[in-house]
Amino acid sequence: MDKPVNNRAWWLVAPVFAIVAFSAIIPIMTVVNYSVQDTFGNNQFFWNGLGWFQELLDPSTELGGRFFDALWRNLLFSGIILAIQVPLGILVALSMPRDGWRVAATLVLMALPLLIPWNVVGTIWQVFARADIGLLGYGLNALGIPYNYTGDTLSAWITIVVMDVWHWTSLVALLCYAGLKSIPDAYYQAARIDGASRWAVFTTIQLPKMKRVLLIAVLLRFMDSFMIYTEPFVLTGGGPGNATTFLSIDLVKLALGQFDLGKAAAMSLVYNLIVLALCWVFYTVMTHSGSERPEQGSAA
Amino acid sequence: MSPNTRGGAFIMALYLIFLMLPIYWLVNMSLKTNFEINTTVSLWPQAITFEHYIKIFTDSSWYSGYINSLTYVVLNTIISISLALPAAYAFSRYSFVGDKHLFFWLLSNRMAPPAVFALPFFNLYSAIGLFDTPWAVALAHCLFNVPLAVWILEGFMSGVPREIDETAAIDGYSFPRFFVKIFMPLIASGIGVAAFFCFMFSWVELLLARTLTATNAKPIAVTMTRTVSAAGMDWGLLAAAGVLTIIPGALVIWFVRNYIAKGFALGRV
Amino acid sequence: MASITLDHLAHAYRPDPRDPQDYALKEINHVWRQGGAYALLGPSGCGKTTLLNIISGLVTPTQGRILFDGKDVTNLPTEARNIAQVFQFPVVYDTMTVRENLAFPLKNRHLPREAIAKRVEEIASRLDMTRVLDRKASNLTADAKQKISLGRGLVRSDVAAILFDEPLTVIDPHLKWQLRSTLKELHRALDLTMIYVTHDQTEALTFADTVVVMHDGAVVQTGTPEELFERPAHTFVGHFIGSPGMNVLPVRVDGATAHIGDVAVRLARAYPALPAGEKIELGVRPEFATLARAGTGLPVRVKRIDDIGRARIARVEIAGHAAAAMVPDGLALDGDRAGLALETRQIHIYAGGVLVPGEGGVG
Repeated sequence: MDKPVNNRAWWLVAPVFAIVAFSAIIPIMTVVNYSVQDTFGNNQFFWNGLGWFQELLDPSTELGGRFFDALWRNLLFSGIILAIQVPLGILVALSMPRDGWRVAATLVLMALPLLIPWNVVGTIWQVFARADIGLLGYGLNALGIPYNYTGDTLSAWITIVVMDVWHWTSLVALLCYAGLKSIPDAYYQAARIDGASRWAVFTTIQLPKMKRVLLIAVLLRFMDSFMIYTEPFVLTGGGPGNATTFLSIDLVKLALGQFDLGKAAAMSLVYNLIVLALCWVFYTVMTHSGSERPEQGSAA
Repeated sequence: MSPNTRGGAFIMALYLIFLMLPIYWLVNMSLKTNFEINTTVSLWPQAITFEHYIKIFTDSSWYSGYINSLTYVVLNTIISISLALPAAYAFSRYSFVGDKHLFFWLLSNRMAPPAVFALPFFNLYSAIGLFDTPWAVALAHCLFNVPLAVWILEGFMSGVPREIDETAAIDGYSFPRFFVKIFMPLIASGIGVAAFFCFMFSWVELLLARTLTATNAKPIAVTMTRTVSAAGMDWGLLAAAGVLTIIPGALVIWFVRNYIAKGFALGRV
Repeated sequence: MASITLDHLAHAYRPDPRDPQDYALKEINHVWRQGGAYALLGPSGCGKTTLLNIISGLVTPTQGRILFDGKDVTNLPTEARNIAQVFQFPVVYDTMTVRENLAFPLKNRHLPREAIAKRVEEIASRLDMTRVLDRKASNLTADAKQKISLGRGLVRSDVAAILFDEPLTVIDPHLKWQLRSTLKELHRALDLTMIYVTHDQTEALTFADTVVVMHDGAVVQTGTPEELFERPAHTFVGHFIGSPGMNVLPVRVDGATAHIGDVAVRLARAYPALPAGEKIELGVRPEFATLARAGTGLPVRVKRIDDIGRARIARVEIAGHAAAAMVPDGLALDGDRAGLALETRQIHIYAGGVLVPGEGGVG
């Protein structure tokens, strides 16, 4: 990767820089501005220093308590869906038909949930899971399994996790499928000649070749699940109680529901910093694993 | 590809049934009367009715909701792609002061939670008079889509050998002419993939779209929830509206089905 | 160790083949001797990779049988055939070290650990890879990776044959020669059957004892490099092997005399029974055609003279047809007129592309 140095390339990047800066930096400045002020309404603000941040990061306060609750809840949620979606996505990708019309048909069906507006995803699961009118809820109760996602915490969590698996596993599967497609046939032939078992083919050929796309999948899925808002908001509204109140839901409640601008702003910044830090870790891992790849035919 | 097994077909079938079941239920509900929905749970409509669909198509607020959504989605896609093309070219071909940091910073915006930006965007676009226009939503979505488009296009462009640029320069092509006439056709599938992703994220995102619109530019998915909440629990209408919002996505997928696999790897395998 | 017999073997990728053009591989009968070094030579798309895949068991032939030491293996899967294959692009298991790569086929066959370790060391030293045994295979150069692929075949003591599918394609030119001589050495030391597929005649002729030339799905000649050079059984072989290829000129044959246009050429043999309706051609290698002063031999016009280092080649025109000939040292030409002397015994006559044995004469 010996790209020529050319600082005039900045002119090509300038428009992108301008629009993203416009959309990112100005709002962030607003947020920073709010985060250090307090208000009693009437558009009168006064300086509050780092007060909101101290409160936010202290779990014993009301604000800090709900922030950390939402944070752990969100981390737990992200952990669960990654633990399900990554293996399931790999399994689905390995199960893809080999060729013909079946591939196109399967791809189209698989991609369908990805292009449904997020609130409609919530709606679909609402009408599917409700105990009175939904196939799932009605069916489970008819089988004698107590299930009520609006009243029972466990039911609510299971529903949201299954909904997210329904919504996003295809993304992981499609990424893995793309990774698998890039493996030349010779690898499989060599493995057959070497007498490798199906499992050995998976661990020695398929998994290593999927490493890069899997990293992309984990990155996207972790980040998106960390900012999940619309689907659980439509389905449970964060309830029952606060059982499914994730970070974004809590933030919107705080900002647009209670108009607690200072607290919401402080929370936004901390939230964003966490995301940024995690993003940096993933990015470093990804670019590092990319640079490990040797160029074909180059001398060692 | 991989040695496929009969077990594979079975797993695939189970997975597809899992995906289709909730959608089937939605379609089923949309064809039932509200009386039937509320009184019985049936696997298919006892008396098929199109009343919900007729109601949607005869009400102008639904119709304009569709137009609004498509307007900002298309605007966003055009803005994102046309800005991302030169930037991706710069990242894939040159190194320049701060390129790595800039690339990371761009990407980090793709990862920023929309909830963080909802309120400041509301303030910003109100202040510059774009509130409740498709432009506000289109520009707001650029925050996520421009970085994504740059990332995808950079992946595809890096796959085009640099000799092509040099040959074109030797043949006397000016840079803009080379870029449009030679380079863009070479990465046409990459442009298609990036456009698909911009379309997808702009189409499915609602938190910002809802925050930045009131009446004039209200997106279809918001129209849907608001109409329903005003009319109480009109499940049939809600289901019909849900079915109608799935259709544009399904159409787009159908057109790009041959590029889906490569596209989802973002040109990076 | 085994001999490999191809018995009435043919393959078509279409499900319902009828005329010969439907076959990617036309009927072939051949025995690969145990311990032989074979090259399968032909241009792209001639069916050589199909044949290789049939031998390795990746493709099941449409008709015919394939026997290893007399045992029918036509329907056996690859893993049950005791063959090894080296592919065009190096296949190594990226996550493993070189040692683990070499041990992989033995581990899959559940050999005792000490036996595996011993065998890996042994093969590594043969391949001169002992130094890099504990490095990650993915960080090595292309030629080292090809050696690993080869090594994974060699570690198996039961291996019947090693197949090479254009293994030097991605190797730097200066390393090709080295890797090829490593192959030759291994062949001599280990007494293995090796089948080497290539479209490069130099690779084929330097590697193999026996070269099988394929063209359009069929074997056109099997023989030693000398035979292919001196007695091409088909004009295609004449063209394909040799640089420049054999001169092939349309002729009319009358007994032991050939007429190229109005130029008469004396032949070593007589051809009284040439098939009617087929295209009759005369073939002679440039190495057996020498340019001479005008007035001696056959009259030609010299178009141009190329210096190719070891010799000078004249591009000439004889009765309107292009041909190539050697230019002897010290020949002074005046104008574009010259003569051409052919070695009579090295002139071959082809009917419809196929060599026709003459009658009488010597050789």
